[in-house]
Parts: sequence; C-alpha cells; structure tokens
Amino acid sequence: MNVEVMIEALPKLLEGAWLSLQLLFISGFFGVLIAVPLAIARASQNTAVKALPYAYIFFFRGTPLLVQLFLVYYGLAQFAFITENPILWPILREPYWCAIITFSLHTGAYIAEILRGAIQAVPHGEIEAARALGMRRSTTMGRIVLPCAARIALPAYGNELILMLKGSALASTITLLDLTGMARTIIARNYMPLETFLMAGVIYMTITFVLVRGLRFIEHRTSAHMRPRPTGPAEGNPAAAE
Amino acid sequence: MIGLRSTAIALTATISLAAATAVSAGAAWAQDTLRIGTEGAYPPFNMVDADGNLHGFDIDIANALCAEMERECTFVIQDWDGIIPGLLAGKYDAIVASMSVTEERKQAVDFTNKYWTNKLQFVAPKDAELDISPEGMAGKTVGAQRATISAQWVEENLPDVEIKLYDTQENAYLDLASGRIDAIIADMLVNYEWLQSEAGADFEFKGEPVFENDLIAIALRKGNEDLVADFNAAIDAIVEDGTYAEINAKYFPFSIY
Repeated sequence: MNVEVMIEALPKLLEGAWLSLQLLFISGFFGVLIAVPLAIARASQNTAVKALPYAYIFFFRGTPLLVQLFLVYYGLAQFAFITENPILWPILREPYWCAIITFSLHTGAYIAEILRGAIQAVPHGEIEAARALGMRRSTTMGRIVLPCAARIALPAYGNELILMLKGSALASTITLLDLTGMARTIIARNYMPLETFLMAGVIYMTITFVLVRGLRFIEHRTSAHMRPRPTGPAEGNPAAAE
Repeated sequence: MIGLRSTAIALTATISLAAATAVSAGAAWAQDTLRIGTEGAYPPFNMVDADGNLHGFDIDIANALCAEMERECTFVIQDWDGIIPGLLAGKYDAIVASMSVTEERKQAVDFTNKYWTNKLQFVAPKDAELDISPEGMAGKTVGAQRATISAQWVEENLPDVEIKLYDTQENAYLDLASGRIDAIIADMLVNYEWLQSEAGADFEFKGEPVFENDLIAIALRKGNEDLVADFNAAIDAIVEDGTYAEINAKYFPFSIY
C-alpha cells in the first residue's frame, strides 16, 4: 500500500468529487420537480390519469441507468434532426447536460414512486378534517397531503439520494471526469488501482456520511410532533429532546 | 487498444509469475512442436473465421517464421487478459498476437525484435482543416481510448487540447461521427480499418503519424535466449527474402514493418 500515491491523487479526486456533487444535486432537484406531478397523478383513482405516470415509472425503473445514459448520449446523437437542431444540439452535445437529463428523469421516476406511497399513507382523518373545514381539493393537496407526504417520504428519499450518488459514477462512461472517471484516468497513468480506488471510495463514503447526517437532522426537525413532549424547563427547545 | 491492455496484463502477470515458474519447468517436453498463443479477436491481425479457423496477419507471420525455423507449429487461442499468464504457465511457448513492447510487460516476459510497428495518427472529418501542432490544435477537442498510449501522447504533447477519454474505441468513433469531438487519435491501423467502413466514409487521416515507435513483437518466457535468437534470425530472414512484404501486401497497401 502506497500512501504517497493516495495523497498525490487527492486534489484531482476532489475535483472529480465536485462534479459528482453537481450531478447529484442538480439532478436531485429536477428529479423532485418531475416526481411531484407524477406522484399526484399516480395516486389518482382515475385509470386514465394513472396510466401515463405508470408507463414512465415502469420504463425508468425497468431499464438500467447505463442503458438510459447511452440512449441519451450516443443514441440521440445518431439522428440528424437532433445534431442539426440549433436549440437541442448545444445542450445535448455536452456530456454534462446529457448526464443531468438522464439522471433527473431516472431519479424522478424513483422519487415519484416513493412519493406516491407517501401520499397514500397520509392518514385519512387529516384529509377528512381538511374537507370538513371547507378546503378545496387543491388546497388540501398543497397544505395537508404534500407536506405530510414529504415527511413520510424523507427517509426513503435519502436512500434514493445515496443510490444516485453511486449511480453518478456512470457519468464516467460518457467522458465526464466525475470522481470515478477521474480515478480511472489517474490509474491509467500511475498503474495503482488499489490505492486510487480506495481513496475514491473514502471520498464517496465521506459524502454519504454527510448526506446521512444532514437528512437525519432534517428528519429530526420535521418530526417534533412525533416525540413525547419534553418536560421541565427545556420545554419548547427541540435540541433538548435529543 | 494495445496500450490499454498493458495495465491488466502487468497485474495478472505478476500474480501468476510465482505459480507459473513451477509449471514451466515441466513444459520442456514440448520442444519439438512450437505452440503459439494468440487472441483470435483482433482483426485484421488475428481472428477466427466462421469455420473456426485462425487467420490474419499475425498467423501468416507466425507460419512463415515457423517455416523459416523449420519447426512444427500449432496455435492456441487464449483471451487477451490471460495471454501472458498462459505463456508463463506453459500452455504455449510464444505469443504472436500483436503485442506492444512495454516496460511493464518486460518485467514478466522477454520480447523478440519487432515484427511490425504501430503508429498513432489523427483522424478527422474530410472537410475539416487540422493543423497537428500544439498551436494549431489549441482549443480543439480530441477523443482517445482511456489508458492507451494515444491518450498519453495527447496529454504529454498537446497541453491546450481538451481530451475526452472513452471506454472503447467504438464509442470514440460514435462521438467523432456525431460531431462532439474534432478529431480522434488512435492506433493507425485500427483507424485504417474504421476508415474503410461505411461509418468512416466522411473521414480521413490528418497529418503524418505522430508517434511512430510502438514496437510490436513476439513474447516468450524469460530465460529462452536460444528461442529469442531463433525468432530474431527468422524475422530478419523473412523480411530479407520478401516473404514479409508478400504477407504485408495481403492486408495493407503500405509497409507496416
């Protein structure tokens, strides 16, 4: 084990990690935007409304992320009407945007399914109470169902975020120098796969650790009502409930 | 392609070196017939046709060398990543599979003199102007296969070029065809094959080959100095008497020696 090699590789690997984080958070953001309408439609009682999100989720969960990435990156570039399109091609020629688009669509499907489960798990009593107060369907959705579902979905969403972090390693197959791509490029020069991948693994684990702690914190902040009320002088201070 | 393989080989070779030395002592009985290991998946150098017969440039050269040495030869097909371990384990006595001579491989095996020379050359669209110099290439995007001598060459010689690294050579060609990259650098003869295909119809070589000294040689177990000398004499002889040129002409309209 050559520790010197590991330290030498660190600055480049961190540069790669920064790209991995961009891919993760930008696609995570767009993924949620895609997922919310999909999940609402998917939770509907109406078969016609349910069908489209069902097909979408079925496709993106049913095919490997690598295949989806290749379809977008190499597949779309085969068509002249894409490469000659002055609006689409400047975006689709960049591996960065191909990765963001694919990851967003992919994670969107998973988040939609998580959110659909959460929407259906919102206690019926709360919805009935909202209706009894005279709230409209849309108001009930916005004020009661979605906030409550978001809380229920949070642990599963955190899991999906971590899976996407690792999935983002596939960006290295379309020439992006993310953490994995950077590690592979370094190995081509130093012939030290063990040390270099180990270092990359440590960085992935560190990112995951921070993600897990961050999500735990948010979970804690949003579930004060689930814990027994603290007694004594610390009342009302959520930190004391730990 | 060839450069990429060196990494994995060097690793596996070192691991199996210890195990192989024990076995190779027992392989001396095969002295009469010379067993030649090859990959059979690297057209046009060595490939297997629909009937399962080996053919290609390497095979023709090996047969010519065996005729010259007056030795009986048989071929053994072996996957590329196990080809040096297989040699060390005594499954065959020589590798004739278009293997580049590299420092890593020299740790594990001995090489004869070269029997052909690989070059690196740029390929770009026919209608594109390409000036292969550090200034002329500045700001261009060049594709290469990861972990090859091609990729290394660009990094070392064209500092202001944006290099894109691909897992396979085919993917690099796809991106050249779609216009994402301005040019590709790769083994000249691999490029040559692609340019002959339908996909490569609108592309051509640009400039002279940039790296001309990737030597392709026959690999032998260490400690076989006599066999190395025999092969070297045979290579010289077939180059001398025109047999080499004859085989060369079957595959390429220019000399690759």
